[in-house]
Amino acid sequence: MKPAPFEYCRADTLDEALDLVAEFGSDAAVLAGGMSLGPMLNMRLARPAAIVDVNPVADLSGIRLVGDAVETGALCRQADALDSALVGDDVPLLARALPFVGHFQTRNRGTLGGSVCHADPSAEIPLALATLGGDVVLRQKGGMRAVAANDFFAGIFTTVREPDEIVTALRWPRSKPKTGHAFDEIAQRHGDFAIGAAAAVATVAPDGSLAAVSLGLGGIEDRPLLANLADFVGAPATARTASEAAALAADLVDPMEDPRASAAYRRQLVRVLGARVLERAFERAGARQC
Amino acid sequence: MSDGRSRTVPRRAMTAGGRWVGAPVPRKEDEALLTGRARFIDDMEPVPGIRHAALLRSPHAHAEILSIDVSKAASHPGVYGVLTGADIAAGTRPIPSAVRVPIDYYPMAVGKVRYAGEPVALVAAGDRYVAEDALELIEVEYRPLPPAIDVKAAARDDSPLLHEAVGSNVVHHRTFRYGDPDKAFEEADRIVRLDWTFPRYSSTPMETYGAVAQFEPAPDRYTIWSNFQGPFILHALMCGALEVPGNRLRLITAPQSGGSFGIKQGIFPYLVLLAAASRLLGMPLKWIEDRLEHLVGSSSASNREDAVEAAFKDDGTLIGLKFFNTVDVGAYIRAPEPASVYRMHSASNGAYGVGNIHVDNRLVTTNRLPIGLNRGYGGPQFFFALERAMEAGARALGLDIAEIRRRNFIPKDAFPYRAPAGSLYDAGDYEAGLDKALDLADYAALCAERGRARKEGRLFGIGMATAVEPSGSNMAYVTLAQTPEERARAGGRSGGLATCTISIDPSGAVTVKTVSTPAGQGHATVAAQIVADALGLTPDDIDVVTEVDTLTSAWSLASGNYANRFSSVVIGAIGEAAQRVADKVRAVAAEDLEVAVQDIELADGTARIVGVPERSLPFRRVAARTHWHPAGLPEGMAPGVFETAIVSPPELGPPDDRDRVASAVTFGFIYDLAAVEIDPGTGKVEVKKYVSVHDVGNVLNPLIVEGQIVGGFAHGVGGALLEEMAYDADGNPISGTLADYLCVTAPEMPRLTIGHVDTPSPHTALGSKGMGDGCSMLAPVAIANAVADALGREDIDPPFTLNRVWNLAAEGGGAG
Repeated sequence: MKPAPFEYCRADTLDEALDLVAEFGSDAAVLAGGMSLGPMLNMRLARPAAIVDVNPVADLSGIRLVGDAVETGALCRQADALDSALVGDDVPLLARALPFVGHFQTRNRGTLGGSVCHADPSAEIPLALATLGGDVVLRQKGGMRAVAANDFFAGIFTTVREPDEIVTALRWPRSKPKTGHAFDEIAQRHGDFAIGAAAAVATVAPDGSLAAVSLGLGGIEDRPLLANLADFVGAPATARTASEAAALAADLVDPMEDPRASAAYRRQLVRVLGARVLERAFERAGARQC
Repeated sequence: MSDGRSRTVPRRAMTAGGRWVGAPVPRKEDEALLTGRARFIDDMEPVPGIRHAALLRSPHAHAEILSIDVSKAASHPGVYGVLTGADIAAGTRPIPSAVRVPIDYYPMAVGKVRYAGEPVALVAAGDRYVAEDALELIEVEYRPLPPAIDVKAAARDDSPLLHEAVGSNVVHHRTFRYGDPDKAFEEADRIVRLDWTFPRYSSTPMETYGAVAQFEPAPDRYTIWSNFQGPFILHALMCGALEVPGNRLRLITAPQSGGSFGIKQGIFPYLVLLAAASRLLGMPLKWIEDRLEHLVGSSSASNREDAVEAAFKDDGTLIGLKFFNTVDVGAYIRAPEPASVYRMHSASNGAYGVGNIHVDNRLVTTNRLPIGLNRGYGGPQFFFALERAMEAGARALGLDIAEIRRRNFIPKDAFPYRAPAGSLYDAGDYEAGLDKALDLADYAALCAERGRARKEGRLFGIGMATAVEPSGSNMAYVTLAQTPEERARAGGRSGGLATCTISIDPSGAVTVKTVSTPAGQGHATVAAQIVADALGLTPDDIDVVTEVDTLTSAWSLASGNYANRFSSVVIGAIGEAAQRVADKVRAVAAEDLEVAVQDIELADGTARIVGVPERSLPFRRVAARTHWHPAGLPEGMAPGVFETAIVSPPELGPPDDRDRVASAVTFGFIYDLAAVEIDPGTGKVEVKKYVSVHDVGNVLNPLIVEGQIVGGFAHGVGGALLEEMAYDADGNPISGTLADYLCVTAPEMPRLTIGHVDTPSPHTALGSKGMGDGCSMLAPVAIANAVADALGREDIDPPFTLNRVWNLAAEGGGAG
């Protein structure tokens, strides 16, 4: 469990980091928290020619309000986001998802941007970002773009990030009034990658019907998945609607299989977790007890 | 111990009777462990010029090795040498086995590989990084062979063979009968039969295997520093493989071991490999196993495909048992196997008075990692059979699961009790243990809760399990693998020696050597308690050395740390040596104080006249005089204090011609109760309540006893709910990282309620019994019984992971 040889390159500024990824291209791996990259290097599953350590780059940290979004720097530690009042107030779905991410020791080091770039299909942070319809901000030498999270993830451990690009920030849409959020997952142990995870956002109209509803699913297919629940807009925000919506989502997914769980079990988790998070989101949005 | 500099044990830590033994003395070991100052094998650089070894391991479960080209690796910068299995085989003998079959077992594959993870080549380099780089440069050409993975299929005639010369994968088969089992089954009112698969799981200590091996010529000799835990009977096998007499293979254990739970027995083939490699390459070698290696290449408990039949009378009396054990030993049958299936054998009646027992044991080689010691060694599998059968029997007969056990327990006035297969149970009050467990669990309320839950359609179950806990092994029990005739030809074997040396140096300071290689059990603390009581000192006054050095320690075959032997056997040697030292110091003091030796007591750091405490001498000065002034000692007394006690419990005789043997010195008792609720939506098993009542004999240190019970429970919960060293159909390990092999962590631990009904053992010096295996043997079956009760079906196999339990719940059932 020792990594293959690599060149260690420390970037003190974003420009230096962009120069380095431009130079090494797909032979570079960007080191943020290292919670996934470290083990992959040790197991020689990742064999980059160069490690570009962006930890000293001050521009990549921080949590700030930018227009209608909360922007978190790519290097924002998961623990810092969990402690942030801004995240708690304006991005409650992320605040609810973060306690499921690893353990407090790994959250002290692990970053939001690193998790999104790693793109594990069952990871919580990508799921929260996709469910909220957030954006990933990328920079390359002389360029910058924002990609919708739903377009950013391209498969297991795969994103549309170009080798010469660095993710610099994530943009999280701010929570709207009368909107509830919920997150839950099933793992064999606390802190493990989920077998299945679900995130819900629901806005309830004054008459108790759903004005908007989103259900995101993690660990089910090869990337975070948004269930199409358009037919449920206008439906009453009740437990029955929650289970019907989850049942519909379960019919639509095409789950993965692995030694931990069959496709049928993952489909079942969509039903159970989907109903659970939708119902909680309805309640938190102010729906009467259903 | 709030003051970081002081380790003084407060006097209030003593028992009311003024003794250290039995008191909650804080562990001497913990300050160094908690402050990072404890020294482990990886901290040791005992000789200069150490090179670092890394091993290339087979990616195939079963394949012929057509060629190995090491030329690129050997010429890689920083590499000092590369060896293959052929090199090792040319320089060593096969490692001997207790099972006499034509298998040449070398610590590195020769000719073909037989499990994924088997060592194929060794690289020695300046550091581990370069060594691993060079591993990638070794070119091995394999011809894959069909694997034998499933143990039942491997036992059939049409299976691919691991060892062609054996002609079968069944490497051992014996059948035993005690009493008249066939007659009992004819007379039974009700017979239950259960078939199941018991998973393969392991120990996963924080510290993996590690060793430094050095060869020196003229005369040829080997020194190996390692975290080997014993049993040191394996030293003889290592000598056989290396072709040296015992005094030319010096094994030294590290001061601290980062956990073992049995698995550090299985390092011994690697010690042979490193020793041989050190000789062939002419340099000392260090190898620290990494976690990936540990999970595919160390050792594990056996997985089993077993069946049990139990014959009952209508009133619940158990009159006969039949065990059909099929043990997957992995690719080679390594010593001390087949012990895992014989450790419980002579206690095959468990805690019950049943006299008619049939046992059929088959050991089968498969293309999996070879098995070895794992906490409870054979116990979890044995009690899974017996205790599942008891509850299936209770359900078949309409009896309560506690009541059926109560009716079959060995009564308390029957001790010492000779079991049908030869074990001598020392002491117990099993019914009191059962009552204590029911009381702590509030069993009546729990049953009412189950009734309410079921009315609401919830899956709620209660299960129990009970065990005897054999401790302090008879070295001879493994020879049950041989027929009485074979044993007679091989010469006698018996006993289980323990040794202890206590010395007092010229400053009057006391040092105890236990040669017990603890891996976190607190031997130093308990040894200090025992010696402090004998010498009138405090545990702080006593320094304890627990490691083994086979050249300078007094040791024997049974030395080491396994089978709960510390509190069952080693304490006898400690007590004996301490008594001799005390007698000597008292004799010196008696002459000085001009009284008879029986008038001298050792107390409060002095030797003093009984009833006249002001007439005293400092203990240290009296003891030191044995060095400084031999001429002033009593007539005929040898100078110095250096007492070595060697004891072998007299109960541990040889097996008789009817395959009966007293396999252990003490038999503790455990009664566990589990209540679970299953979420039918997700398959999650929640352990709502777990009660465990223990008979550990006299408690030597309640803090350590509690720690052992909790640790054993965690190990058992892991086996019940999470852990499986799994292979796919092609023999590829699919639990090769700690993200896939799931150990319990704190959030998964159910709340544990512990109770005691302790009966002193007449077989040990202090009345204590062995107790380290504990709930590791029972949690799998107690939880399985509760799951069976919740689901209303008996065809369940652990581990009770989410998808598996959801499948069982979704298939129907649901207890009504």
